[in-house]
Amino acid sequence: MSEINAEQVAHLANLARIALTEEEIEHLTAELRQIMQAVEKVSEVATPDVPPTSHPIPMQNVFRDDVVGDVLTVEQALSGAPESDGSRFVVSAILGEEQ
Amino acid sequence: MARAELMDFDEALELFEPVIGLEVHVELNTRTKMFSAAPNPANSEFHGAEPNTLVAPVDLGLPGSLPVVNGEAVRNSISLGLALGCGIAESCRFARKNYFYPDLAKNYQISQYDEPIAFEGSVEVELENGRVFQVPIERAHMEEDAGKLTHVGGSTGRIHGAEYSLVDYNRAGVPLVEIVTRPIFGGEADAPALARAYVSTIRDIVISLGISEARMERGNLRCDANVSLRPRAAAGEPAEPLGTRTETKNVNSFRSIERAVRHEIQRQAAILAKGGTITQETRHWHEDTGTTSPGRPKSDADDYRYFPEPDLLPVVPSRELVEELRAALPEPPAARRRRLKTEWGFTDLEFLDVLNGGLLVEVAETVAAGASPAAARKWWTGELTRLANARDTDAASLVTPAEVAELAALVEAGTLTDRLARQVLEGVAAGEGSPKQVVDARRLAVVSDDGALVAAIDEALASQPDVLAKIRDGKVQAAGAVIGAVMKAMQGKADAARVRELVLERAAGADAGA
Amino acid sequence: MSEHLVRLTAAELGERLASGDVSSVEATRAHLDRIAAVDGAVHAFLHVDGERALETAAAVDRRRTAGESLGPLAGVPIAIKDVLVTEGMPSTAGSRILEGWVPPYDATPVRKVREAGMIPLGKTNMDEFAMGSSTEHSAYGPTYNPWDLERIPGGSGGGSAASVAAFEAPLALGSDTGGSIRQPAHVTGTVGVKPTYGAVSRYGSIALASSLDQVGPVTRTVLDAALLQDVIAGHDPLDSTSIPEAWPSMAEAVRRADVAGLRIGVVKQLDSDGFQAGVRSRFHEALELLERNGAEIVEVSAPHFEYSIAAYYLILPAEASSNLAKFDSVRFGLRVTPEGGGTVEQVMGATREAGFGPEVKRRIILGTYALSAGYYDAYYGSAQKVRTLVQRDFDAAFAKVDVLATPTAPTTAFKLGEKLDDPLAMYLNDVATIPANLAGVPGISVPVGLAPEDGLPVGIQFLAPAREDARLYNVGAALERLLVEQWGGPLLDRAPDLSSHEMAAAEEGVV
Repeated sequence: MSEINAEQVAHLANLARIALTEEEIEHLTAELRQIMQAVEKVSEVATPDVPPTSHPIPMQNVFRDDVVGDVLTVEQALSGAPESDGSRFVVSAILGEEQ
Repeated sequence: MARAELMDFDEALELFEPVIGLEVHVELNTRTKMFSAAPNPANSEFHGAEPNTLVAPVDLGLPGSLPVVNGEAVRNSISLGLALGCGIAESCRFARKNYFYPDLAKNYQISQYDEPIAFEGSVEVELENGRVFQVPIERAHMEEDAGKLTHVGGSTGRIHGAEYSLVDYNRAGVPLVEIVTRPIFGGEADAPALARAYVSTIRDIVISLGISEARMERGNLRCDANVSLRPRAAAGEPAEPLGTRTETKNVNSFRSIERAVRHEIQRQAAILAKGGTITQETRHWHEDTGTTSPGRPKSDADDYRYFPEPDLLPVVPSRELVEELRAALPEPPAARRRRLKTEWGFTDLEFLDVLNGGLLVEVAETVAAGASPAAARKWWTGELTRLANARDTDAASLVTPAEVAELAALVEAGTLTDRLARQVLEGVAAGEGSPKQVVDARRLAVVSDDGALVAAIDEALASQPDVLAKIRDGKVQAAGAVIGAVMKAMQGKADAARVRELVLERAAGADAGA
Repeated sequence: MSEHLVRLTAAELGERLASGDVSSVEATRAHLDRIAAVDGAVHAFLHVDGERALETAAAVDRRRTAGESLGPLAGVPIAIKDVLVTEGMPSTAGSRILEGWVPPYDATPVRKVREAGMIPLGKTNMDEFAMGSSTEHSAYGPTYNPWDLERIPGGSGGGSAASVAAFEAPLALGSDTGGSIRQPAHVTGTVGVKPTYGAVSRYGSIALASSLDQVGPVTRTVLDAALLQDVIAGHDPLDSTSIPEAWPSMAEAVRRADVAGLRIGVVKQLDSDGFQAGVRSRFHEALELLERNGAEIVEVSAPHFEYSIAAYYLILPAEASSNLAKFDSVRFGLRVTPEGGGTVEQVMGATREAGFGPEVKRRIILGTYALSAGYYDAYYGSAQKVRTLVQRDFDAAFAKVDVLATPTAPTTAFKLGEKLDDPLAMYLNDVATIPANLAGVPGISVPVGLAPEDGLPVGIQFLAPAREDARLYNVGAALERLLVEQWGGPLLDRAPDLSSHEMAAAEEGVV
């Protein structure tokens, strides 16, 4: 299959929002190549006639009644926040959305 | 931001065929959220709660928390799918749509991808000019809403220029159904009106099902409009391929849907006519300027890495459930419209006026609240529409049908004249209270005390002896001048017919007394 | 007195507590003393809450004195893997990105152990977000194997296994995504059970791979594991994948343990040269012992097990890449702002760069790749198909036998650092444990002795069909009884005396 390159790894890091260093990207590219080579083995037996399994124990239609339950208090909700204004979470400016 | 160049609409239509596609998000009004037992702010009972007070661990994406599907939201989604004429999946799944955004607590949205709950339907939409369209529905799927960001520090409260943003996750996890049309061809010059009428019809459907509050100003119903243009093929030539589309987001009133589609047709036409190309992108609608501005370009950054949600199991609606929900469906909007038109005795034009204003539900509810159909129509399509247009909003956001019925009753009883009633409406729309409260607070009731009227009439007659003489000569139409003066003196709070009666009576009396 | 109390099994301690012979405060204090004495060397705990533990113990003692009827484990201390969220106790999953985070709620298994009157002592060390087989990937430093402090205690739940092996806690909670309960049990001479997927609620277990994760018991005896599973198993409406049916008592299965007529299948593909000689010899001796006591040993084939690791290292990173997206510096955990400030995107990127260790980054990138457009079918989709094939292998095997047996892991405990730079070699540790996670079936690891060549513990793994966890307790308890009889005492009696190691370690500056 495809040979993963540093540019791809940088793109993946961006998708995953991890500001990897150049050095990490280089290192990871080599490792991922090796790992992908090993895991590509799955394609040997994953033929079209085999259905995929996403849940190990097959169940279906697990629903909740539409009844209000417990909520967190504002204090609890914000307790772990790096920054808040007492009622909302504070994040730095969002750019790149509007120009 | 430079103002986009626009081509004249008719000229654009001559050169290009507009193709539109609409995505409508409906917030369901279940009592709890899609995946948690926290109260749902899209249910009126919980609307307007303080920030971050309607959150369970899963709504904040707290580590270890898990979603559980709200069964009622699934049933509502199936009902909606059926009302859209869709097939209901025998089995469908939730999927994760992965992207980072601070209003998305888990940084993935639980949605549906290749297995929506409802697919392949059709909705009948009727336009102002009587044209009827069958709008093809591709799918309707279940998902969750995101939280709300407030941008602080910028001059306009928009993202650009903001110094920081505040996040409230109350809305995170509100149950949504996203309804996606197939590309709609043949709208031509009616394309903008069709877009508006389609959303209005969806609103009628969800209201008749009782599954959403459907208040656009609250974001219960949101529309993204996809627009593309394709050049007209020369006669005998095969059709040109579809053009590149843009997706205009944030279109939150019927009026703006129509305006936004029209604007996008004109903008794209101007670019294409000059030999330019359209960028596939998301555009933002600005209600204030009536323009769109570019957002994020669509790119490979939109790799959402969908995969089946491992925390949730397949939804397999039984055929019994589907048939039970089908049997419980309300009358389809088209049939309902035909029935109401007959019941109300409206002319074609009167009825279309209501439809195109997106006011069918409002008029029906106002009639149900006791008003006459004529009065309900008059207020909604007249004064309320005018007020709404002046405020760039929808009439339904200004007053409730019950308030309009109350107003109509006051007019009927003679407590208000039409002119006074208009002032009352303005007060109600401004949040001053119910019509009765506004009447009291503004002292707008008609003066029905003959004594006060007689005093004013006598004074007017005395100050206009020439008019009095004409009346005595039998020139009754001269009374108009006196009536005008009296109405003015009473600040309009008098019944003109009664004033006329009294003027003639007093004029005769004055004669007898002279 | 104190030393004696910590060597009791949970069942024994429970009985002593019930008889009024010992108070929970005494038992708890004994374990806290033991932690104080040896955890400097072992580093099984990330957080110990002695004060609250003693308060809880005192409250249980009061309830008992008041005549309240309490469960068999009431008053017994327990260690909790840091992957489970605990109200009022920091929960980090071994990651820097969650340093100091105190959750506002309890995981369901934690709530259940509290309701059973058990005494949470603290949180145990683990590979960051349960990614690893050695606990070396913890952001807070490794845990050391009580049998040899230069060796790994297994992973990801090395802290829970080591705490139990070092007598710091009678039992512990673990989580198992690809062997994180069973492989540490194997290398520390303890018992570890991965119940059927859905038997124990995952609510409050910080997700690694949602379709593979399962919480389970970490103990020194099979009976203790059974008693703990009886406490934590059962339907939880907060976890959609939780099995709704009621469970039979596992403790009862232990008490009735008997292997006469039991058909045990040996998986041909997991009985190969790839396993260390001493691991294989102890494994076969155990099977012979079972055979002599009435079990029937049958060879079975599971041809698709060899694809398990490949499938696992696609499914796990894919799900993990999504599960770990929530760590973004907005609602909880670490925030790192780039020098001179930055947009929220840049803050998220910097936070995740600083807050995640190399193994976590590796797997997130791998998972992002496996799910990305154009690769889904080849990678994630194919891996899900392998899952079907592995399930079919299990179905075919269980049509012939009642349980399967394999060595739990290919080698005994390796040295710290030995495989740290070779991720693929590290991944191979899970070759025997992963198939159970892919298929959702339950598995247990029970100690079967020490490998002759290095004197380190070896475990045997039994696997049963989904929902048949009781079969594991039956065969595990029967084997344990036979072995302990043969040995003249539990295997852990042969573990080195840690107090001397502690001194040595301290001198070498390891602590």
